[in-house]
Amino acid sequence: MANIDELKRLSTQVRRDIVRMVHAVASGHPGGSLGCVEYFVALYKVIMKHDPKNFTMDGKNDDLFFLSNGHISPVFYSVLARTGYFPVDELNTFRKLNSRLQGHPTTHEGLPGVRIASGSLGQGMSVAIGAALAKKLNKDNTIVYTLHGDGELQEGQIWEAAMYAAAYKVDNMICTVDYNGRQIDGDVENVLSLGNLKAKFEAFGWTVLENQKGNDIESVISHLEKAKTFVGKGKPIMILMNTEMGMGIDYMMGTHKWHGSAPNDDQLAKALLQIEETEKDY
Amino acid sequence: MKKYTFTEKKDTRSGFGAGLSELGKSNPNVVALCADLTGSLKMDAFQKEHPDRFFQIGIAEANMMGIAAGLTIGGKIPFTGTFANFSTGRVYDQIRQSIAYSGKNVKICASHAGLTLGEDGATHQILEDIGLMKMLPHMVVINPCDYNQTKAATIAIADYNGPVYLRFGRPTIPNFTPADQKFEIGKAVMLNEGTDVTIIATGHLVWKAIEAGEALATKGISAEIINIHTIKPLDTEAILKSVLKTKCVVTAEEHQMNGGLGDSVAQFLSRNNPTPQEFVAVNDSFGESGTPDELMKKYGLDSADIVNAAEKVMKRK
Ligand SMILES: Cc1ncc(C[n+]2csc(CCOP(=O)(O)OP(=O)(O)O)c2C)c(N)n1
Ligand SMILES: [Mg+2]
Repeated sequence: MANIDELKRLSTQVRRDIVRMVHAVASGHPGGSLGCVEYFVALYKVIMKHDPKNFTMDGKNDDLFFLSNGHISPVFYSVLARTGYFPVDELNTFRKLNSRLQGHPTTHEGLPGVRIASGSLGQGMSVAIGAALAKKLNKDNTIVYTLHGDGELQEGQIWEAAMYAAAYKVDNMICTVDYNGRQIDGDVENVLSLGNLKAKFEAFGWTVLENQKGNDIESVISHLEKAKTFVGKGKPIMILMNTEMGMGIDYMMGTHKWHGSAPNDDQLAKALLQIEETEKDY
Repeated sequence: MKKYTFTEKKDTRSGFGAGLSELGKSNPNVVALCADLTGSLKMDAFQKEHPDRFFQIGIAEANMMGIAAGLTIGGKIPFTGTFANFSTGRVYDQIRQSIAYSGKNVKICASHAGLTLGEDGATHQILEDIGLMKMLPHMVVINPCDYNQTKAATIAIADYNGPVYLRFGRPTIPNFTPADQKFEIGKAVMLNEGTDVTIIATGHLVWKAIEAGEALATKGISAEIINIHTIKPLDTEAILKSVLKTKCVVTAEEHQMNGGLGDSVAQFLSRNNPTPQEFVAVNDSFGESGTPDELMKKYGLDSADIVNAAEKVMKRK
């Protein structure tokens, strides 16, 4: 396993990538991206069995990841690039004309690492169930991972998928919710309360783990490792992962305001002072 | 060529927000629903002024359409607000059964339509919504051209009893129609009389058509420019009258060629007065990330494309 200091340094660099990418095109979603850095670094550097240099759509005998809350593409792209799926320089093209790095992840432009388009919320869990069922048919024992926003859980399709996954024992899938308590119009609690999320998923027949420290890389790793021990036990697995939207940049934390706005020049400068260049900037 | 001037650029979605806010004051039956995009749809004024008549639905568009249908049963006039993609394709069956087929008085208000949504990319840039909505029996489909017209349309549809799809966009564009205009559903607006070619445009393409008309005029071509803000019901009378004079037509829209305004015009003309037609529209393609201007150029929706189409169609007379 990679050493924790290295993972922390990589996380810091990913945060730089995120704010630089959205600043360059004055658009995109830094808030949720910054909150999910540790999750992506843990998943791609420690948890998943995968082969960045030989990406195939089918991903047979590889673990698969589906980003259902596609708007946090900056963190996804940065980690894909920095784990070798495509050149780090390509982060320069994010959201620009003729780029493979579309505003929301797509398969249309053939970017390695992406297996389904997302952006329209609520669809990823269903797709992941399909891929998990295909793995079972293929006698492939690898695991399917997903990430969802907490606001995203307001979509009805999520609950259709949740019901299906339990009823048909889709137990080779580990879903995670970015439980940051925020969405576009404000706090999830005020927009449309999710109620007791743990009780809801348990009532649906899932194994539910809670991670209060979603921005602590060691905690993220240990919860994902623990989740793995439930694979094959007859239930789908959910991690409710508390994170801080905007994590790492003081003025982006404690608010929903940076869900989908990019920093201007001054704000970027202020942000970069808080996150050191640990690997080379793209 | 008549000259059109504008004093400022404004976004059509703000026209919707301003119209909705005015309706809030003038019509106590108007209620508004939004799916976690209050700011993007410019519904915050209504929300602030009438918190009791504003319903924050959360990210649950299907539920929003059903709740809107139900509110009409108590005599309310619901205006739903989300992006065009999530206002149509996402919830098509809910609209079809609970709103259109059931004949409910819901106003489906859809922002960020088309390519000009820009950097978010193809997942959000719906170019099929006009087609989806116009196929539903009795659905009225409106795509106004600027801020003033969107505001006027928003106010006007509250007085029409039946389902309406109101489509508008994100970018700021020239605001050039009169602030005090009376918006008549289904009535085309003649912007410039001409004799050589008819240009029929809707939405953001109306200003591009005006620019194209000016460019054509410098080449000695007289273009008749018609703003079709209502795609359904279509003002066939205005279209027929114009093409009888010019003998050829260009349609222009920020939408797929399949299923859009051009289709509606062609269908009418082929049965009543077959006329050479060129289509300025997206040709069987998804969009992508980029700035609105870059995308309009790349996908052939610029004023230069209208000029080319006009010159081409004139040769086919
Ligand atoms: C079906 C659908 N409806 C609406 C949107 C617009 N939208 C994009 S992100 C978002 C909020 C998502 O909240 P959450 O999942 O909590 O993500 P976070 O803000 O925490 O990153 C909304 C409403 C969308 N992308 N898809
Ligand atoms: Mg959230």
